[in-house]
Amino acid sequence: MSEEVILRVENLTKRFGGVVAVDQVSFELRRGEFLGLIGPNGSGKTTLINLITGFVKPTSGRIYYFNRDITHKPPYYIACLGVARSFQMVRAFHKIPAFKNLIVPLYSPRVKKLGGGKYGERDDMAIDLLDDFGFERDSFVPYKPAGSLPHGYLKRLDLARCMALRPDLLILDELFSGMTMSEVAATLPLIEKFNREGLTIIMVEHRLKELFRVAHRVIVLNFGKKIADGPPKEAMAQEEVQRAYLGTESEG
Amino acid sequence: MAEAIKYRKERIDRGIKVRSDTIYMLSSHRELLYLLLPRILPISFLIFIPLWVGGGYWGKVIFYSCTFALLALSWDLLASVGLISLGQALFFGVGSYVAGGFNYYLKWPIFLTIPVATLGGALICTFLLIPVLRLRGVYFSMVTLILPLLFDHLIETLEVLGGTHGLLSLSPFPNHWLADYIAIGAVILCLFGFRRLLHEDFGFVLRGIREDDRVVMAGGINIYWYKAQTIFLAAAVGCFAGALMTHYYQFVGRSAFALDNTILPLAGVVLGGSGNFAGSVLGTFILVPLSEALRALGGLRMALYSLILITALAILPEGLFHYFERKYHQFERLVSV
Repeated sequence: MSEEVILRVENLTKRFGGVVAVDQVSFELRRGEFLGLIGPNGSGKTTLINLITGFVKPTSGRIYYFNRDITHKPPYYIACLGVARSFQMVRAFHKIPAFKNLIVPLYSPRVKKLGGGKYGERDDMAIDLLDDFGFERDSFVPYKPAGSLPHGYLKRLDLARCMALRPDLLILDELFSGMTMSEVAATLPLIEKFNREGLTIIMVEHRLKELFRVAHRVIVLNFGKKIADGPPKEAMAQEEVQRAYLGTESEG
Repeated sequence: MAEAIKYRKERIDRGIKVRSDTIYMLSSHRELLYLLLPRILPISFLIFIPLWVGGGYWGKVIFYSCTFALLALSWDLLASVGLISLGQALFFGVGSYVAGGFNYYLKWPIFLTIPVATLGGALICTFLLIPVLRLRGVYFSMVTLILPLLFDHLIETLEVLGGTHGLLSLSPFPNHWLADYIAIGAVILCLFGFRRLLHEDFGFVLRGIREDDRVVMAGGINIYWYKAQTIFLAAAVGCFAGALMTHYYQFVGRSAFALDNTILPLAGVVLGGSGNFAGSVLGTFILVPLSEALRALGGLRMALYSLILITALAILPEGLFHYFERKYHQFERLVSV
């Protein structure tokens, strides 16, 4: 982990009508850091991710990525700067063969600029990449339409799609939801490996046990506010975090 | 009690036995034929049909079918990126008026007006549709439906470009063979070109946009730029059809923006099946001659025409081409169990 700040979020706020989904959230992220983003349901984790990746425009506040203001930039622009994200609900091109799903990021200006995929090479690149994510090249799996694959494969396809963009910052929105234990056990080391190789990761996760094994630091959100920020054990020990997760004494 | 012999259907692939995703190994003349027939058949049909019918009334019908096939192909291209257009008349009308205008006022020759109408018209249509690129589904359809009406009324009320009379006595094609074969060449080029395009990386990006544009954006691709490119391509094809028609009839009028020019190609796509371009051509080449053949019926024509469409939709909602394609790749036979 270096001292270089890769992402800086300043007083970020998003209101949906009367609801404040994200409320004055600020944090910094250093290169190579593995940040866990947790909080009860509806605490604004996904909205925060949508704000950072440009899918939702903030009401106020600013976002800097490598000291470049990306606050009101469109999603594809932010993606081309190297911010890849996965989706909470499985999203894939269901009618297109699994490996052709990766053509989209491989065709992006970013990957073209980084020197990949001349004409006709992208198919091989996609199959090579998918092979690392458990889509064995000699099986039928990578060539089947994505819609016919089981849920766990689609989640990994989503992860592969993110990695095809050769990101500097990877944002995973509940990657493990709906995965079986063995699928999680197979995917977690992959993500750890990416992080060891220098990739900065933000991970939203409800499976805290798995998350705490890999995360250097967690941010806890509750009703859109940041209530804790620090190493997993210390953050979880805070009284406010305990209350958010377990309810107050009068309720409980 | 006698044991009844039971039958079940067995489906057998007719396909090439030794093949990977992109590489075939042809091991017999039968397989060669299997591969080439679907390509040679439509091409030779299109090339020989004008020779067979000659000029005259049915020659006109062939030309007419080709222009509508071009409009249908243009519709299908837009649909492949998820834009459902109800404005083929916009492309057709803009192309017609650009070609007609340059020919009438500036006396530009025909070999200049048609390319200018194709590219210039496509630019005009693309710029008109850029503000609504963010709209999807029914909203995009509504805007494309309104724009031809807007042009129609502008020309009528402002009395520009010939007003209600239209522009008359424009340059004709040197002969009808040239017109026929330019139209047919364009249909063949677009049909096979678009099919090829959708299997290239560019085409997979377009298909991705149709299925889930948020994932495409997360993949770092500017979907609006790709949509604009697709609209330009589709508009160019539509404008080209309009320009051809203008010079064929040596006339351009407000009828170029008529709803017919939207509905007939769309009906052709519905009948033939969307999503593979071949269906659009097949559909229009059935519907246009059919509607001409039914002309003798007078008022009953539209009723019968609608009936045919509804029947086709009820029996084969996937479209004729998808049905034939399935039957071509797979045949069924009864085997006793």
